[in-house]
Amino acid sequence: MFAPFEYEFFIRGIVVSTLVGALCGLIGVYIVLRGMSYIGHGLSHAIFGGAVVSYIMSINFLIGASIWGFLSAMLINLTSRRGKIGADAAIGIVTTSSFALGVALISKFKTFTRSFDAALFGNILGVTDVDVIAIVFVGIVSATAIFLGYKYLLFTTFDPEVAQYHGLPTGWIDTLFTLILAAVIVVSLQVLGVTMIAAAIVIPPVSARILTNNFGTMMMLSVAIGGFCGLGGLYVSYYIDISSGPSVVLFSATLFFLTLGYSSFKELIRNLGVRN
Amino acid sequence: MLHPIPHQYEHEEPIVEVKGVTCGYDGTPILNNVDLTVNRGDFVGLLGPSGSGKTTMLKSILGAVDIFSGQILVEGISINTKNPRVGYVPQLETIDWNFPVTVEQVVMMGRTSYSRLLPWYKNSDKQIVHEILERLSIAHLSKRHIKELSGGQQQRAFLARSLVSNPRVLLLDEPTMGVDIKTRDEVMHLLDELNHQDVTIIMTTHEINSVAAHLPTVVCLNGEIVAAGAPKDVLTPATLKLTYNADLHVTEYEGMTLVTESPHFFGRNAGTSQNSNSHYSEHN
Ligand SMILES: Nc1ncnc2c1ncn2[C@@H]1O[C@H](COP(=O)(O)OP(=O)(O)OP(=O)(O)O)[C@@H](O)[C@H]1O
Ligand SMILES: [Mg+2]
Repeated sequence: MFAPFEYEFFIRGIVVSTLVGALCGLIGVYIVLRGMSYIGHGLSHAIFGGAVVSYIMSINFLIGASIWGFLSAMLINLTSRRGKIGADAAIGIVTTSSFALGVALISKFKTFTRSFDAALFGNILGVTDVDVIAIVFVGIVSATAIFLGYKYLLFTTFDPEVAQYHGLPTGWIDTLFTLILAAVIVVSLQVLGVTMIAAAIVIPPVSARILTNNFGTMMMLSVAIGGFCGLGGLYVSYYIDISSGPSVVLFSATLFFLTLGYSSFKELIRNLGVRN
Repeated sequence: MLHPIPHQYEHEEPIVEVKGVTCGYDGTPILNNVDLTVNRGDFVGLLGPSGSGKTTMLKSILGAVDIFSGQILVEGISINTKNPRVGYVPQLETIDWNFPVTVEQVVMMGRTSYSRLLPWYKNSDKQIVHEILERLSIAHLSKRHIKELSGGQQQRAFLARSLVSNPRVLLLDEPTMGVDIKTRDEVMHLLDELNHQDVTIIMTTHEINSVAAHLPTVVCLNGEIVAAGAPKDVLTPATLKLTYNADLHVTEYEGMTLVTESPHFFGRNAGTSQNSNSHYSEHN
């Protein structure tokens, strides 16, 4: 059972995957509570375009893709704030065209078709030392920012309009959060893949929400669940030899349905108790 | 019933001044050329049909509506220069009741901008929150999830959030909507009490007889100010016609002003079993 731990790459993979899972769980709380679940899905696709462009222009992937993701998110905000277009439609337009640009560039240049799979579905073996540093760095920065901005984020997430009346700089808070989100998605890309990130962002907070009515508890649970799924998912991927992304997602989904079943069961028991 | 007596001050001291304001959203004016002065200690009810701009009026005082001309002063200072010290209680329908927060957490939000650089709330913030919760008699519910409260308790929780910043002016959007008669009375008595503690109140309502008629001042809105003053002066068939574009009937009953609709009956058997002896024309 502990056999894989003898491999250094596996230990690194486990650590990275756990960190990424926890990080997605952390920001996922705000994404889910703002009703923006679709943005994780959209942004990861947009960032794929940014990654390809960075590669072709020989810009550092982490920096190029983060900036690209951030700009895409701002463009989405700008488009939907004009009122006539809903945020969901704006996400569809901006991110899919960015993704299409990435795909178009790849098919034109055909230089890296092999890493295409890795980008879409995640490949933990491709994680380099630089990636590890990036993940740890983004993890520390976003955890600190979310800790320091806890009450601001809570107020603006719960009631953005009244938060503004109370003099909170809601625009800046949103922008900062978007920047963190873009950075988290970029560093998670290697592990989870473009198509799988959305689930890693949404499933942990939703599972946590089922278990608690308290915001603080929900945050801690979501981080714990995210981290646990990153760890468990990677472990499973080693044993049945599948890509890390789908493995983490399937692991999380299983956990989610178990949570749902558990809470329904508890409710059933409670209702029976009330009736007697 | 309720007959709030406004706090009397020797000199009238304007606290909210709306001067020739035309305002709205995205370049479209919603309120036109509004002039309104609310004095310290006033208790004002805004009346008007749906879409007449009641909520817009409140939001303009908060600086959340585009002002095309004119200006708004709170405590003598333009709201553009300084964030006004005004409390706001939104319509409860706008709240996300599934959000995982407790009563205490919601009320605490009202103290967010008081310790800007600290990531957490100070003990003094917690103390103030607790005092307000006690004062509104919902302290025992502080750890409850917001969804697990009655309508009146929910109203008080959001009232508490606006009070912890100690505002001199309180704006409430339909605070008596969707609650039963007793709860409505509780909410109104609470507001009356606050009014006596030197909080100036402006609230919107759809309830003419049970709320507006008992306030010292009512303002009728319909894209502009139709009339403003004491209920007995404002609630007349002529102003109500201009406000609601409907023929309404006004009677006096034991000193109370009562506004009723002209008699008309709904349903396919209307008028057959009922004794409709009205000489008012019916709407078809
Ligand atoms: N954010 C907004 N953007 C654009 N138009 C708006 C906005 N909010 C309100 N309006 C428009 O302004 C007008 C007045 O709306 P408002 O909400 O002030 O009415 P109200 O008197 O409060 O109505 P109700 O009694 O139904 O609450 C309406 O025509 C509405 O469509
Ligand atoms: Mg309204």
